[in-house]
Amino acid sequence: MRLLPLAARSLWNRRVAAALTVFAIAVSVALLVGVQKLRTEARESFASTISGTDLIVGARSGPVNLLLYSVFRIGDPTANISWQSYQLVARHPDVAWTIPISLGDSHRGFRVVGTNGSYFEHYRFGDRRPLAFAAGGPFTDLHDAVVGAEVARALGYAIGDRITIAHGIGEGSFAEHDDQPFTIVGILERTGTPVDRSVHVSLEAITAIHEGWESGMRAPAIGARPGETAPADLTPTAITAFLVGLESRAAVFQMQRALNEYRGEALSAVMPGVALQQLWQVVGLADTALLLVAACVVLAGLIGMVTALLTSLNERRREMAILRSVGARPLHVFLLLEVESALLAAAGVVAGFVIAFGAMALAAPLLEQRFGLFVEVGAPTGYDLAIAAAVVGAGLLAGLLPAWRAYRNSLADGLSIRL
Amino acid sequence: MTEPAVDITDLRFAWMAGRPVLDVARLLIPRGERVFLRGPSGSGKSTLLGVVGGVLPPQSGTVRVLGEDLGRLSASRRDALRADGIGFVFQMFNLLPYLSVVDNVILPARFSARRRERAGADLEGAARRLLAALGLGQPTLLARPVAELSIGQQQRVAAARALLGTPQLLIADEPTSALDADAREAFLALLMQECAVAGTTLLFVSHDTSLGRLFDRQLSLPEINRARPDAEAA
Repeated sequence: MRLLPLAARSLWNRRVAAALTVFAIAVSVALLVGVQKLRTEARESFASTISGTDLIVGARSGPVNLLLYSVFRIGDPTANISWQSYQLVARHPDVAWTIPISLGDSHRGFRVVGTNGSYFEHYRFGDRRPLAFAAGGPFTDLHDAVVGAEVARALGYAIGDRITIAHGIGEGSFAEHDDQPFTIVGILERTGTPVDRSVHVSLEAITAIHEGWESGMRAPAIGARPGETAPADLTPTAITAFLVGLESRAAVFQMQRALNEYRGEALSAVMPGVALQQLWQVVGLADTALLLVAACVVLAGLIGMVTALLTSLNERRREMAILRSVGARPLHVFLLLEVESALLAAAGVVAGFVIAFGAMALAAPLLEQRFGLFVEVGAPTGYDLAIAAAVVGAGLLAGLLPAWRAYRNSLADGLSIRL
Repeated sequence: MTEPAVDITDLRFAWMAGRPVLDVARLLIPRGERVFLRGPSGSGKSTLLGVVGGVLPPQSGTVRVLGEDLGRLSASRRDALRADGIGFVFQMFNLLPYLSVVDNVILPARFSARRRERAGADLEGAARRLLAALGLGQPTLLARPVAELSIGQQQRVAAARALLGTPQLLIADEPTSALDADAREAFLALLMQECAVAGTTLLFVSHDTSLGRLFDRQLSLPEINRARPDAEAA
């Protein structure tokens, strides 16, 4: 029987058409594998934006909104929370650490985050990786700033550069706090999270630059100036949100409920994992649609294969009659076509993987540099292999049509060769 | 081995009801005989060969080929009988263009274990011996793509293929009609010689009566076929 060499030789005889068919399948498979890979990496990168934090606490709002402004630094906070509430939680015996976050200012389109040293000590992303400094260290002075990797790259900043902070969070020219320039004392290593796009200063600095700005614009002639003695008390009266790490994760539900039911102020406490999942349900729709489109392209590739095989059948009637005359059964003719479909689909899958993994290997440095998306190009995963098997399986299924047609032809033609 | 190669009694076959193409009362071809069957187009020749070759089921009467009653065999058993026991040579374009000369010759061994056995362990060697016996021994010739061979050479490759694994019956359907007169007789001589060596029964179908004298026996299909099929139904 050994139909495989026959099918391979027959395809080789029609190699231009076969190569085009394989190429069409390969491109579609590469697209599918690439989309799937990016999807996985994006989801992982997304899910690894924050880790090790047990609760995110802010003014009463939905979990997704709170997550968006406190962690992703997208959108505006609904309201602030009082310093007293924050202190109450921070001093709670079950609480191991807190990271206060005060938002509202920006620097050339990048968000300014008021926080404290706890940020550099306790913030975790990915697989509980801590923040690390590419240069310099945490802020110590009132007018020190620590910038994320993307801020440093995009604006070309180095340690010692002086920057001013704008009031408000738009890109446009807002009122600048140009009376109080900051000095960059630290540059963080790239994390692939919104930290890269943030400028970090101390909470006290936020208070200081807003001295006299209670009306929303600068009041004349008051406020701390660099070099001048800072006002005695720069303790903030309010912050935007804070992250909480508990002594024991077992206390998380209890703490969450206590915060949500806190009577002193309307607070919301959310678990980052839950909020991330909720957010992904929204974001994930787009990427599911993308995957669906890629799957449709694979379908189109296979339809192309069926078309090519069907159109070849008429000119191959002589070939089938010859095979019949040397003893092939109609079933052999059927199987020959199925083997050809399998070979075309398998070759398309292999070529598609080569294209996809090659392209990803080439694009990986760019993706990491530009988008902080770390694409690891390793061996195909189980999911990739499932895609490969599914495409070959779909190829076999699609091949049933030409195989059946060839089977019917060879029953009708028998040994007589019609041209 | 005493059963005849082909034994047909009262065979009737019609593609459409009421318009028989074949109506053969008796056709007997003993083993080892070399028979010339004159079959002009429109005489039901293709249908007869389809029935004897096991591709078409006999509709009535009995058709025994190599001792097997085809009417009692399933389609796949008829296919197996053809694979094991019958070699075919057609008018032209007998070869698969994507296989080498030698691979074309060993093709029947891919579908029949019996012919693979009889051809011996060295399939390629057996193919080369047959090709050499048919005058195609030169290695340069064997290395060429089959499409580049002359028609006469292609027909000899087809004959070698039909003879590989010594089938008991060889059916040749107008194998010489694409050849010129000189090549025709030379081809026929080689074919008959190899059939004699293998003890293969030869059923040679042609409309060219000038070749008939070279055979043991001559038959005329229009004479043995009582049906009068139209040209287009043949």
